Formats: sequence, structure tokens, C-alpha cells
Amino acid sequence: MKRSGASLLVETLKTEKVEVLFGFPGGVVIPAFDALYGEREIRLVLTRHEQGAVHAADGYARSTGKVGVCLVTSGPGATNTVTGLATANFDSVPLVVITGQVSRNMIGNDAFQEADIVGISRSVTKHNYLVSNRKDLGRILREAFHIARTGRPGPVLVDIPKDVLTEASAEPIPESVSIRGYNPVYRGHPLQIRRAAQVLAEAKRPLFYAGGGITISGASGQFRELIARTGVPVVASLMGIGTLPSDHPRFLGMLGMHGTYAANIAVQNCDLLFAIGSRFDDRATGNLKQFAPHATVVHVDIDPSSISRNVQVEVPIVADAGLFLEDFLPVVTAPSISDWQAQTEEWMRTRPLAEVPGNGGLSPSHVIRSIAAAFPAAVITTEVGQNQMWTAQYYTFHEARTFLTSGGLGTMGYGFPAAIGAQLGNPGKRVIDIAGDGSIQMNIQELGTAVAEKLPVIVAILNNGYLGMVRQWQEAFHARRYSGVCLNRAVDCPPDCADPGKACPPYAPDFVKLAQAYGAVGIRVTLPEEIRPALEEAARVTDRPVFLDFHISREANVWPMVPAGAGIDEMMNA
Amino acid sequence: MKHIVSMLVENRQGVLARIAGLFSGRGYNLESITAGVTADPTVTRITLACQGDDLIVEQIKKQLNRLIDVIRVTDLTGLPALHRELLLVKVSAKPSQRGEIFQVADVFKAQVMDVGHDTMSLELTGSAEKIDDFIALLTPYGLVEMARSGLVSLERSRKTPLPGAGPARRTTRGGRTGQKKERE
Repeated sequence: MKRSGASLLVETLKTEKVEVLFGFPGGVVIPAFDALYGEREIRLVLTRHEQGAVHAADGYARSTGKVGVCLVTSGPGATNTVTGLATANFDSVPLVVITGQVSRNMIGNDAFQEADIVGISRSVTKHNYLVSNRKDLGRILREAFHIARTGRPGPVLVDIPKDVLTEASAEPIPESVSIRGYNPVYRGHPLQIRRAAQVLAEAKRPLFYAGGGITISGASGQFRELIARTGVPVVASLMGIGTLPSDHPRFLGMLGMHGTYAANIAVQNCDLLFAIGSRFDDRATGNLKQFAPHATVVHVDIDPSSISRNVQVEVPIVADAGLFLEDFLPVVTAPSISDWQAQTEEWMRTRPLAEVPGNGGLSPSHVIRSIAAAFPAAVITTEVGQNQMWTAQYYTFHEARTFLTSGGLGTMGYGFPAAIGAQLGNPGKRVIDIAGDGSIQMNIQELGTAVAEKLPVIVAILNNGYLGMVRQWQEAFHARRYSGVCLNRAVDCPPDCADPGKACPPYAPDFVKLAQAYGAVGIRVTLPEEIRPALEEAARVTDRPVFLDFHISREANVWPMVPAGAGIDEMMNA
Repeated sequence: MKHIVSMLVENRQGVLARIAGLFSGRGYNLESITAGVTADPTVTRITLACQGDDLIVEQIKKQLNRLIDVIRVTDLTGLPALHRELLLVKVSAKPSQRGEIFQVADVFKAQVMDVGHDTMSLELTGSAEKIDDFIALLTPYGLVEMARSGLVSLERSRKTPLPGAGPARRTTRGGRTGQKKERE
């Protein structure tokens, strides 16, 4: 039986068990949207911007472990996906992004809404395709899903010309996928696994360094068993948060630029650093020359190119984190490390994270701890900047896949659409975007999506009227020359203002009215005693989004902080 | 140090762009790259020459292996291998100089492809060093135009049978499918 490319596309999405499709139509994808008309098995979510569609698919994928799927048009529709693709590529998120393309006979002619999206997206995708033959469409779509979800996951873009969508063909959807150049290694080498067990058994001051790979492979249960059996302390990268409960007695916290004192000092003093599913990002390691100077390094990662790239590794193991732990647990011997455990406990007890003072406003740490108390089992997304670091530091995470944040690319505007995707994938959970007043405005148009889909996403804006993280750097390293960071600034402000005062507007924009204009709930919170009632009110709303506008101290900072280029034990205000 | 990497890749549009883009995007130094189809029309062999310390070259090989369209990556550096480059050169040659240039060509076993009124065109195949020497000798006459192909390489064949194997059998190194293997 012959069918159009568009019809085959929809059938393939069903074969791949796609339940939610984030999309935005345009000229060349009208045939695909036509094939979706009246479709009951796939929920088509119309976002208000293609970037929102990709981040929403990303939030859906990170929170559920399934592949997130988008459908957008050619040209600007396709180029608007680039930031979302790069975000997902950095953080190993499985996505399939389908872009329309102009008809094959027009490609290369500078046709209306033509863009070489395969060329543009090559370096921000795991793989991408231009479908030049209708008969290849089924195979390419199956390959795209396979590549996206296997190995080190990542986004795959499939560019489909309009006339491929309309051309009829009888090619069936392939049953299976086989790609001769793509055979990821999943199981670690048995000899290396035994060596890893041996160095762990002999270590005096071992430390596990948990990365997002544990979450991605669904191995946080096995990882918790490993910690229970060995008693080895754990530090986590930003992406590794949630692999162990934040309040677990062996969890020292996040390492790196805004890591805890205990985590960073433990890294610098350990004699074995055992990394699983992490890639030694520069924000985690600080100055590499000074990083973990006494440590033998074991590194488990599914991507061989992540191993021995930044840090020389003594025991490299190319493996999926979950399968590694399956092989490793039977051969583990617990080391005798009671002195080391006592030492790390003392660091945690004597140098905990300080509460952020709320000078002239709310304390951001108080707000986040209150959110954690009111919504202990929420899925949390963040934007990027101070809001992200404070959330990593002060929210108590219990489970993997409950902390969604743009770690590698650091994309402002990620959190709100990601929360929409996470809410669609987790209808039974509360989803909260902890945002800043700067980054929420980068994709605020998705309020329209959240209201239309009746999603009770809560957006907790930590509103300080600044692009706070840059302002913090300007305060710390540029003599308070607040250049281009004040969000309350107007054209008639002095160009060298560093001390906002009485004449400044209290806020810009009015987020409460903005939320209400979209049909969402908006609540402004300026006093500590208003925090709990506002959260309780938000908890009662179940059919639309809630904006909570928390007015925090304008010049609150994220501490501790390791200056760029310094070793991670050179912490300011630890 | 210079490394010669031989790769088998899918014969599809955009593969060369992926590889070239990887080098430019990650700041690796690519000296030359050549591509041509193998006996299997779905497979292309790419030979590239790159510069970098051991860590960088190790990363380059890992990054090349990550590409979905790359079937196999072999680092020929330090392995017995055949390396050849092709040169076409047009050199100034007044009628009185033709004899000398013929002699140089003869020594290098270069072919004279074309003779014009005041230029000659020559073809030479050989190692990059041999081609460098040949160009150096022709330079005094005046190089009008030249084109170098970049390196193509193949691993040399085994000279003895595999231990325990039967009579020596020719193994084809191209077009083998399955897991990517990297030779150090």
C-alpha cells in the first residue's frame, strides 16, 4: 500500500511510541501537520516558539527517560531549534527534531524559508540527516530514534523536504536498525573492572564523583547500593545531583565553582577519585593543574572521548554506568576508611553552606528551602545563573530525574519550557521552575502553551532586578561596575550607576499582571511570612500555571565561589 | 608530530563536511585530506594527515570514531604502510632548457605530460618528501602552476601467514563491517 511521507512519519512516531509531540507549523510542514489532524494517539503541543518546543521536548526526555520529539518548519523554524539542540547535545538528552525543508528541486536556490539546517546543526547534534529519497524516510526515522536513545544519548535532526512529505511510496517501516559505523560499547572490560575494584579496596581516602551518566542509564538505585556497601563519600557534578539524596549522610554536595567546602576539599585530599558518568567539566574541576593532586583516577564513561581528555586517568573504563555497576557490585570490597569518613563528616559539620542573607529582600536560600519543604517530591527545573546554583545548593533532591538544568551549555530560558515538557511527561507530579527575573523573560511566551495545556507548572522567580550572576562577577572582580545587568534600568538612568536607589522602579515587568494576562495565577511575595501561604496557594492550583514573584535581596550572592582559573580549594566565602 | 589516519566511511553526502567540520570546530590541525570510493561503492576511504601531540591525536581519533558515518579508523603512524602523493606541475621551460628538465624528470621517474611553447607539464607520484625534492629542483626554472593531491595511504600486507592459520590467504582490509576497531 502506498502512502505519503507525512503519513509514514506519523506511523513511525506511533511505532516509536511517541505520546507527545512539540511542534510549530509553517509552510513546508503543512503536509505533516495535516497527517496529525484529528490524531488521538499523539498529543500535539503547540508551543509559542520553536526554541520552546525543543526545550520542552528536552524536559520531557530528561524527566521520563523517553525520547523527546519536535516538529518544526524550515528556515527560521529550523534555526530557532539550534539553541535547544546544543543544550540537549551538551547534556546528552535524547531528542528527535524533525524540520521541514523546501522541496528538493528548490534546495540551494535561496528559496523562501530555506536554510541549510543540516550544515548549521552538524556540530550541535549527535547526528543529522537530510532525506533526499522518499524510500529512505522510514529507515532514517528509525535510525534517528535509535541513535538518539542509545550509547551516549543526544539529539538527532531529520530534515525532510516538502515533496518527500507528499510523495507516495510503498516502502514499509523497517523492523530493525543496523548501522555499521555505530556500535556503542556498553559493558566495561572485565580486567579494568577488577583493577577498579582493587584500587578501591586499597584506597585510604576514596571518593566517588557522580555524574549525569548515572541518571541517564537509570542506575541511581545501583549507585545507592554501592554507597551503602562501601560507605565511600560522594561528590556530584551539577548533572549528578539526585543520583544520591541530597541529605544522604555520605553526600558531600556538588563540587566545583559553587561547590560545597566539603566536596571541594575532599576532592583535593582524596587518594582515589572514582568518577562515574561525568566528563570533568571545567566548572567542576577548576584549574586542572591543581585538581585532585593526590588522587588515582578511575573514570567510567560510555563516551571514550570523555576519558583522559581533561584529566589523566589511571583506570579508564568505557561502559554504560548501569551495566558497569552491575558488573562492579559483585566484585567490590569495602575499603576500611573510618578515619576518612570521620574527616569528611567533620568538614560537612563545621563548614556547611551558609544561608544567604536577605538584606532588604527575601533570602533566596530561605525561599528555596521553603519550596523544598512544601514540595519535597517535585520535579525541579532551573534557568541559568544564580537561580540555578542556589537551587543546586539548597533544594533537597531525593530522586534522579527530578533536577533538570542546562549544565553544559548554560542556556537561559531553558527552565520554563523544560518544566512544561516535564509536566506533560509527569502528570502526577508537581513541576517547579526556579527562575530568575532575567532568564524567565527569555522564553516567557510559553505561558501561552502552559495555559492552553492546563499545566499547573509553578514558576518561582527569584527576582532581584539584575542579571544576578554577571552582576556578582562584576561585584567580585570588576569593582562593582554594573555594566548591562540592571533589568530595572531605563534610558534616563546614569550610564555608570552602581547603586540602585529610591528612584528606581520596584520591578520590571509586573510578572503578576503578566501571568494574569495569560490566564495564569500571579502572586507577589515580598515578606518572609508571605512565602509559605503563597506556596500553599500555588499547591491548590491544579489547572493552570502559577507565577510566584519572590523579591529577593538585590545583591545576594552565590557562595562559596572559586574564581575562574583557580584551584577548587581556593574558595571565596566558604 | 604528524599522524596519517586512514578511515573507511559511508559513501554519503556530507561525510567529508562532518570530518572537516570536526577539525575546524575543535581547533585541530588538518594538513591534508583525500577521499575516494573503495571497491565497495557504499564505502569511501579517507586519508588524512594531521598534526598534534599524542593527547590531541588521541582525541582526534576518538572524535572521528564518534561520527556515525565513520566505519573504521586506523592510525597508520608507526605501522608499515604505503604512502603516495600525486603532483602535477607546470614549469617554465624555454626550448633551450627542456633537455635539463627532461633529465631531472628522468631521475625522479616523473612523466612529461605536456610540452608547450615556453612551459612543460610534469606528473610525479611518490612520497611527500620525494615530491618536495622534485619541486625544489624545478623551482629555479620558475613554477607556473602546480597541484598536489594530498596523501593516500594503505597499510602494507602481512609477509607471513597468521600463526596457526592455514595457507596464506589475502585479507581485504577495506569494507569490513562490524565494530569500529582502532589500531594504535
